[in-house]
Amino acid sequence: MRPILMKGHERPLTFLKYNRDGDLLFSCAKDHDPTVWFADNGERLGTYRGHNGAVWCCDVSRDSTRLITGSADQTAKLWNVQTGQQLFTFKFESPARAVDFSVGDKHAVITTDPFMGLTSAIHVKRIARDVDEQTAESVLTIQGPQGRINRAVWGPLNKTIISAGEDAIVRIWDTETGNLLKESDKETGHKKTVTSLMKSADGSHFLTGSLDKSAKLWDARTLTLIKTYVTERPVNAVAMSPLLDHVVLGGGQDASAVTTTDHRAGKFEAKFYDKILQGEIGGVKGHFGPINALAFNPDGRSFSSGGEDGYVRLHHFDPDYFNIKI
Amino acid sequence: MADVMIMNEIEATASRLGIDLSQLDLDSIQLPPGEDFGIVSDDEDVYQEDNMDFDTGFGNIIVVDNLPVVPLEKFGKLEVVIRKIYSQIGVIKEDGLWMPLDPETKKTLGYCLIEYNTPQEAELAREKTHGYRLDKSHIFAVNMFDDFDRFMKVPDQWAPPEIVPYTPGENLQEWLTDEKARDQFVIRAGSDTEVLWNDARHLKPDPVYKRSYWTESFVQWSPLGTYLATVHRQGAAVWGGAATFNRLMRYAHPQVKQIDFSPGEKYLVTYSSHEPSNPRDANRVVMNIFDLRTGKVMRDFKGSADDFAIGGAGVVTGVSWPIFRWGGREDKYFARLGKNMISVYETETFSLVDKKSLKVENVLDFSWSPTDPIIALFVPELGGGNQPARVSLVQIPSKEELRQKNLFSVSDCKMYWQSNGDYLAVKVDRYTKTKKSTYTGFELFRIKERDIPIEVLELDNKNDKIIAFAWEPKGHRFAVIHGDSPRPDVSFYSMRTAHHTGRISKLATLKGKQANALFWSPTGRFIILAGLRGFNGQLEFFDVDELETMATTEHFMATDIEWDPTGRYVATAVTSVHEMENGFNIWSFNGKLLYRILKDHFFQFLWRPRPPSFLSPEKEEEIAKNLKKYSKKYEAEDQDVSMLLSEQDREKRRMLKDEWDKWVSEWKHLHEEEKLARQKLRDGEASDEEEEYEDKEVQVEEVLDISEEIVSSEYEQV
Repeated sequence: MRPILMKGHERPLTFLKYNRDGDLLFSCAKDHDPTVWFADNGERLGTYRGHNGAVWCCDVSRDSTRLITGSADQTAKLWNVQTGQQLFTFKFESPARAVDFSVGDKHAVITTDPFMGLTSAIHVKRIARDVDEQTAESVLTIQGPQGRINRAVWGPLNKTIISAGEDAIVRIWDTETGNLLKESDKETGHKKTVTSLMKSADGSHFLTGSLDKSAKLWDARTLTLIKTYVTERPVNAVAMSPLLDHVVLGGGQDASAVTTTDHRAGKFEAKFYDKILQGEIGGVKGHFGPINALAFNPDGRSFSSGGEDGYVRLHHFDPDYFNIKI
Repeated sequence: MADVMIMNEIEATASRLGIDLSQLDLDSIQLPPGEDFGIVSDDEDVYQEDNMDFDTGFGNIIVVDNLPVVPLEKFGKLEVVIRKIYSQIGVIKEDGLWMPLDPETKKTLGYCLIEYNTPQEAELAREKTHGYRLDKSHIFAVNMFDDFDRFMKVPDQWAPPEIVPYTPGENLQEWLTDEKARDQFVIRAGSDTEVLWNDARHLKPDPVYKRSYWTESFVQWSPLGTYLATVHRQGAAVWGGAATFNRLMRYAHPQVKQIDFSPGEKYLVTYSSHEPSNPRDANRVVMNIFDLRTGKVMRDFKGSADDFAIGGAGVVTGVSWPIFRWGGREDKYFARLGKNMISVYETETFSLVDKKSLKVENVLDFSWSPTDPIIALFVPELGGGNQPARVSLVQIPSKEELRQKNLFSVSDCKMYWQSNGDYLAVKVDRYTKTKKSTYTGFELFRIKERDIPIEVLELDNKNDKIIAFAWEPKGHRFAVIHGDSPRPDVSFYSMRTAHHTGRISKLATLKGKQANALFWSPTGRFIILAGLRGFNGQLEFFDVDELETMATTEHFMATDIEWDPTGRYVATAVTSVHEMENGFNIWSFNGKLLYRILKDHFFQFLWRPRPPSFLSPEKEEEIAKNLKKYSKKYEAEDQDVSMLLSEQDREKRRMLKDEWDKWVSEWKHLHEEEKLARQKLRDGEASDEEEEYEDKEVQVEEVLDISEEIVSSEYEQV
C-alpha cells in the first residue's frame, strides 16, 4: 500500500471529509484555506478562500453542492462546492469549532468555543435551499457543557444532537426543546477530553476518541457504551470502516511533548482495531507528527489521514487487507 | 456498646420481622451513603489512634523533677538557672516556666513545668537533660507531661501478667505452596497497589489482592518474601497472610522516609529526616530498629544528618540508604560507616561489638560478605600518594585483618561480592602516568581458599571504560560491559579454567552490543544484556553455558528489569519517569514475550522474593538429572491449559460476535423503521443506498491491440 502524499496545506491538518460519492476529499487545516482533492488520485481541485483563521471542521451536503466550514475567525461559511464561491457567512462572538449538516441538509449544527467570558454553545441554523433566503438566525441555541465542545453531530432522524468535548462527557440533546436527554457515565465514559466523534454510515452508532488513550463505541439512540478500544497514545482522530468491522485510531504524543528522542516514541501511527473483538490488527506509519484527522472513503477501499505535519496521506488498501483474519 | 449486638438479640429481631437468617445474603445489604448505623469499619481504628496525638495537646510540656527546694528569696535565682539550661534547647513559651510554691512553707516543691513551642523541642529537652547533674544531690528527672497519666495508672501492687493462650497465626508462607508453583508480584500504579500471581500459562496476571491508597510512598517486600511493607506518615506497616493481606504489625515512626529489612527478616530499620528548627543546623535524622515480629523498638539512633553522612574523609555526600548494612548469618551484626571508623553492632545486645567502633582512618566505603561475618573496606590514597590506598578484609567479631592489598595511584574503588561470598571483585580505577585519565583493573579475591589469594585482571584493552559488572549468582562467572558508549563490548570470565580451579579464564567477548546493564538470572547461566535509558530498551537474552544468543528483542523505553526469584520469567517495566508507554512486559527466560500490561502512572514492579530452597545440593542435582520424569506431569497440565484456553477464547469470541450481531440487527430494524421518516426529511428523495443503484448494463469495448497482417490470398491469383 503506497500512500499518496498530498501536500497542499502549510499548517497542521484539522479535519478530513469525503463526500457521499467518495470521489471528493475535503481537508481543513490551520492555514485558512479548506481544500478539495480528487479522492482517487489525490489531485488538488481547488481551495475555498475567504476564512481568516484556522479552519476546524467542515461538512458537505449529500448532493455535494454545499460545503460548510467552521473557523477560528469566529465565522462559519457556506460555499458552493463546484465554484468555490462564498455563499453565506454566519458570524459568531467566538471561534466556530464543529459543523454538521442534518439529514436532508435543511439544518446545520455549529458549535462555538468558550471565549472572553462567553461559554461554549451549540447553534442550530436553518439552511435555505435558495442562498438568497439564507438568514443568520438560530433555530436553537444550547448552552451548558463546560469547556470546549469539540464535535457535535446529528442523531438519527435529526431528533437529537450528540456532542462531546473537553469535559469528557458525551451528551445527547433534544433538537426540539434543547433539553439534555442523556449523558455518558463518568465511571465508564472517557476520562479526558474527547477529541473526535465519528458516526457510522447508517448513523446508528458512533465512535469517540479521547486523550485518555482510548476510543469508545456508543449506541446513538440509547448512548449505551458498546466497546472500548485501548491504545498507548492520546487519540486525536477516529474513523470506522463502512465495509469491514474495523476502526482506525490516530493520534500520538502531544506536539508540544514530542521530544527529540526517537521517532518511535511518538507512535504517530494510524492503528487498526477489530471493531468487535477490540483487538489491534495493525498500523499504518508515515506521519512525522500526531495524526489529527482520519476519514474513510464511503466505499471502504481507501482512507486518508491528516497530520500535524501538514500532509494528507491517502491510502488505497491492498487486496490483502480485505482478507485479514484475526 | 451500641455497635455490638448480641447474636440472640439479632435472631429475635429477625424472627419478629419474619426473616430467615440462614437465607439472608449479608453482602446484599447496602447502607445508604454516609450512614454507618454505628458500625465501626475495620480501618477506622487507624484514624482514631491518630487523633489521640492531637487531642491532648500537652505534648510540648515537660516536667523537671529533683530541683533544689529553695525559699522564696532564692526563687528568682533558681528560675534564672533553669531558664538558662532549658532555653538553650528550644524556645520556652512566654509564661512557659511554672515553678509552684508550697502555700504553707513558701518554698518551692522541687519541680517545675516548662512549656515549649513544639513537641519536638520538648522531646529533645527531655532527652538531653534527663539525668542532668545540677550538683551532687540534684540530678534532674525529666518527663513529658503527657506521660504522667500513664505513670499514675501503674498499680502499686504488682500483678502477674495474664498469660494469653497461644493461638497459632496464619501460615505466612502459604503462597509458596501454590498448586501451579506460580510467583507473585506487586505493582503500584496511580493510587492502586495490587498483588498478582504471574499466571504465565494463561498469559495473564491473576489478581490476589488490591487496595487503593495502600501506601503513601512505596511498598517493599521483605527479603524472604514473607511480608509486604507499606510506608505511611505515621510509620511503617507490614502485611501478610495465608490467602489475603492482613496488617500484621505497625511500626510508629512519624514521617518515615526509608525502610530496610534485615536479610533474615528479624528486624526492620526505619529512617526519617527532619528540618531543623535552626536553619543553619543540619537536618535531624531519626532511625529506629524494630523487632519485626513484636514491633518493639530495639534501638534508636538520633543525631544530625552530618553524623550519618557517608563519605568519611570530609566529603559530605549526604545520607545514603541503607545506612546500616547487615552482615553475618541470622542478622547477627549490623554496621555503619562513620568518620574514620566503622561502627559494628551486634543484635544480641544492640550495642557495639567490644563496646567500640572499628577505627579505620579515612575509610571511604565498606561492604559485608553476603554470607560470612567479613567486612571488606576501602581506604583511599593519602598524603598525595605517600600512603597507598588499600582494600582490606576484616573478620568480625575478632576484628582481625584477614587480608590486605595496597593499591597505588587509585582514583576510585568499587567492591562486588559474589552471592555465596566465595569471591570478591574490586574494580580499581587508576590514574595513568600523566594523571590526566584513568584506566580500570580488577582485583579478585578468593575468599574461601587458604590465605585468600588475589589475582589481578586487566581487560584486553585496558583503556576500556567499565560500564557494568555483575557476578553470576551462586556461580563462578562474571560479565563485564566495557568500551565506548554507543557500542560497547561484553565479556564473560570464569574464576576457573577447564583444568585448574584457581585461575581466571576469559570465556568470550561479544563485540559491539547495545547494552549498558547486566541482569543475571537468579539461577545463573542466563543473562540479559540490556540497553536501558539511552538505548531505548534493547534486550538480549544470552545463554552463557552455550555462549549463544537466545533472543534479541526490545521493550521500548524500558526503565527496570527484574527476574522472578526462580529465574523462569523476567519482567521489564516502564515506570512513570517516562510519560508514555507506562506498564510492564513479562518474558520467559529465553526472551519470548508472554504478556504485556499497560498502566498509566506506573511506579513499581516487585517480584515477591522466595526464601532459599531447603533442598540439599545433592537432591537438587538428582532432580536436575531426572527432570524428564518430573516434568511429565507439568507438561500434561500445560497441554490441558492450552486446550482450555483456546476453547475459552473461541467461546469469548463467539459471545462478542453474537452480542455485536444483536446490535447490528437491532440497528437494521430501527433503520428500516425510520426509512419513511428519513425520506420525508430528504424531501422524498429515496434515502438509502440500495434504492439508488440502478442496474445498467454498460458495454465497454476496449481496443487491446491492433496489428496488421497481410493475408496472402490465393484467391486473387486465381
